[in-house]
Amino acid sequence: MTKLSNSAVLKITEICDRYKDEPTPLMMILSDIQNEYGYIPLEVQEVVSKKTGISVAEIYGVVTFYSFFSLTPKGKYVIGCCLGTACYVKGAQQVIDKFSEILEIKPGETSKDGMFTLDALRCIGACGIAPAVSINGTVYPKMSVDQVSGIINDYRNKEANA
Amino acid sequence: MSLVNIKIEGVPYQVESGLTILEAAKACGYEIPSLCTFNHGECNQGSCRVCLVEATGARGLVASCVYPVNEGMEIRISSPKAVEARRRSVELLLSNHNKNCQQCDKNGKCELLHVATLTGAREGAFEGVHSETYIDELAPGLVRDTSKCILCGRCIARCSNAHGLGILGFENRGFRTFVSPAQNRSFANSPCIQCGQCVNVCPTGALMEHSEIWKVDKALKEGKHVVVQAAPAVRAALGEEFGYPIGTPVTGKMIAAMRRLGFERVYDVNFGADLTIMEEGTELLHRVSYGGVLPMITSCSPGWVNYAEYNYGDLLDHLSSCKSPHQMQGAIIKSYWAEQNGYDPKDVFVVSVMPCVAKKFERQREQMNVNGIDDVDAVITTRELAKMIKRSGIIFNRLPDEEWDQDIMGDYTGAGVIFGVTGGVMEAALRTVYYKLTGKEYGKIVFDEVRGHDAGIREASIDINGVVVNVAIASGMKSAKVLLDEIREGTSKYHFIEIMGCPGGCINGGGQPYVRPVFLPNEPDNILDIYKEKRAQALYSEDERQVLRQSHNNPQIQALYAKFLGEPNSHKAHELLHTTYAAREGFND
Repeated sequence: MTKLSNSAVLKITEICDRYKDEPTPLMMILSDIQNEYGYIPLEVQEVVSKKTGISVAEIYGVVTFYSFFSLTPKGKYVIGCCLGTACYVKGAQQVIDKFSEILEIKPGETSKDGMFTLDALRCIGACGIAPAVSINGTVYPKMSVDQVSGIINDYRNKEANA
Repeated sequence: MSLVNIKIEGVPYQVESGLTILEAAKACGYEIPSLCTFNHGECNQGSCRVCLVEATGARGLVASCVYPVNEGMEIRISSPKAVEARRRSVELLLSNHNKNCQQCDKNGKCELLHVATLTGAREGAFEGVHSETYIDELAPGLVRDTSKCILCGRCIARCSNAHGLGILGFENRGFRTFVSPAQNRSFANSPCIQCGQCVNVCPTGALMEHSEIWKVDKALKEGKHVVVQAAPAVRAALGEEFGYPIGTPVTGKMIAAMRRLGFERVYDVNFGADLTIMEEGTELLHRVSYGGVLPMITSCSPGWVNYAEYNYGDLLDHLSSCKSPHQMQGAIIKSYWAEQNGYDPKDVFVVSVMPCVAKKFERQREQMNVNGIDDVDAVITTRELAKMIKRSGIIFNRLPDEEWDQDIMGDYTGAGVIFGVTGGVMEAALRTVYYKLTGKEYGKIVFDEVRGHDAGIREASIDINGVVVNVAIASGMKSAKVLLDEIREGTSKYHFIEIMGCPGGCINGGGQPYVRPVFLPNEPDNILDIYKEKRAQALYSEDERQVLRQSHNNPQIQALYAKFLGEPNSHKAHELLHTTYAAREGFND
């Protein structure tokens, strides 16, 4: 098993300490770690377990229960395509398929360059603008298949010029 | 406790408030079919939906295992709606269940099959897709097969209640949910101590011991010199498999049965227990006299040793270097006994009958052989022994009471017998240490201070001729952790600590007969609260019946030292009877 760096252990410990007075701190801790690192591997869960006394199996159960948490690193840009009923009937499947085709990844996977992760989401509550896509919190309303390559290129250009 | 008035099937009853409908009904003489619930809410997920009943004041049917009674409640267990709902619940469970019952080792003890019979859910009412199956057969002690799991969560609750460990948990969600160690690892690659407490509560065949009956069969077939040795706790529980009340010692019939199974010799591990006391008592006195590492902690329980190696790698010097009794005795059988009988140790096959599944792991430890010869070749549980007896057509109840074989290692003392209950090793050691320090026997023989039958810590200060020995006893890792953390912090006041892996000690080991109220109609309702005490009593009564009750008074132990080992902790004794430990990584790949 790979070992975490000391600084990572310190960071995770600090995150756990933020919620030390909470009766049920696990969700908040995991949420902060997910936001900080983009994923929550077993090594990190072990540190949380030692710090909180919650068993690794229980933490692992929570991480695998909620789709917001991830066991593997996510890309810099997380593309969430809503496949809820309204989006689906408005053609969301074709949209996500297009992302899949251009990025050469399946939903749930991350591109080789670590730039994009493609997620299939259930209803995100934006049925009025279906089909909706959310990229790192920015919402793209009424998406069509034709817009997909342009959006990807925008992010690629942004990175190239950064 | 206040009372509430309820009606069941229209008949009025008064029951304690705060009870669940299931408990109240039981008190009134009704057994509602139920599955996931266990032992006063040790597991009450309310997840299986088998115990549904009609109750006034509730919306729809309620799960009686979690729904509390209240004043004026009218309960219908037998209404057509409730009966049909319970059958449907079981049918739904069966629809995602691996129904190869005839190949399942749990057959006959399966609670799912039992409720299927009760509710009439025996047809494949719903056939469809099954969840993905994961099978873990890597660990020497345990086997996990998710195709038989009903997601009741009893194993998860038991692991954390007994040990504070929580090795098992639910993984994923919905139809893809399964129970496993984190990351769907094998027990072998997790910090699981392989105690088998999860097996003891699993209602189906999802968690089982890793059977080694086939190894015994093979050795017998090959014509090896197959020697069997049985641990003290086995005799206190084996009878349960044959309909005896819990707590009936069946030593004589067990010996008779093992002899009829074709073993060349039938020995009592109590001899090994006496030997352990000689070695461990001497080690303790040596540590005390020469400033060795204290407190010294017993090392008989392989579940506990696993826990120490995973979690307290820095404290391993505190563990006695003694092997556990059956490993010691195995080493003597493969050396002195083989030599005396003119056998090549390679042709000798030692079978241990144990109340334990961690012993299956222990015997495979690389530290458990002498010059490449394993001390013990197969470990079978009390349950597996019962299986071997049943398949051989032996009518256990009609067997005569027979005696252990008496050559070389037949004698044993009462001190060895009580090894099987928490506090027993401590008491046995104190009897001998008292003698060594004072030159005379402890008048009372019995050290009541250290006796018990449950998890939790007991402590005592024993004054031996002005020397005060502080001792503590813990069983279950939740209790042990308290004592270990004290040692780590440097605040421990003890000289000698006994730790057993399973709550209550070996009498409640992971290889003992299942205690399931549904299959024990003649036992009292609170049998889950008192079975440990009953089994412990079986061992204490056998101790009382012994003429010799101190290990050092066992004449064959004395002869073994005189003729073979020299003295306790001699070079030869160290070579054969002592071992080493190594810290281990919990989540290892």
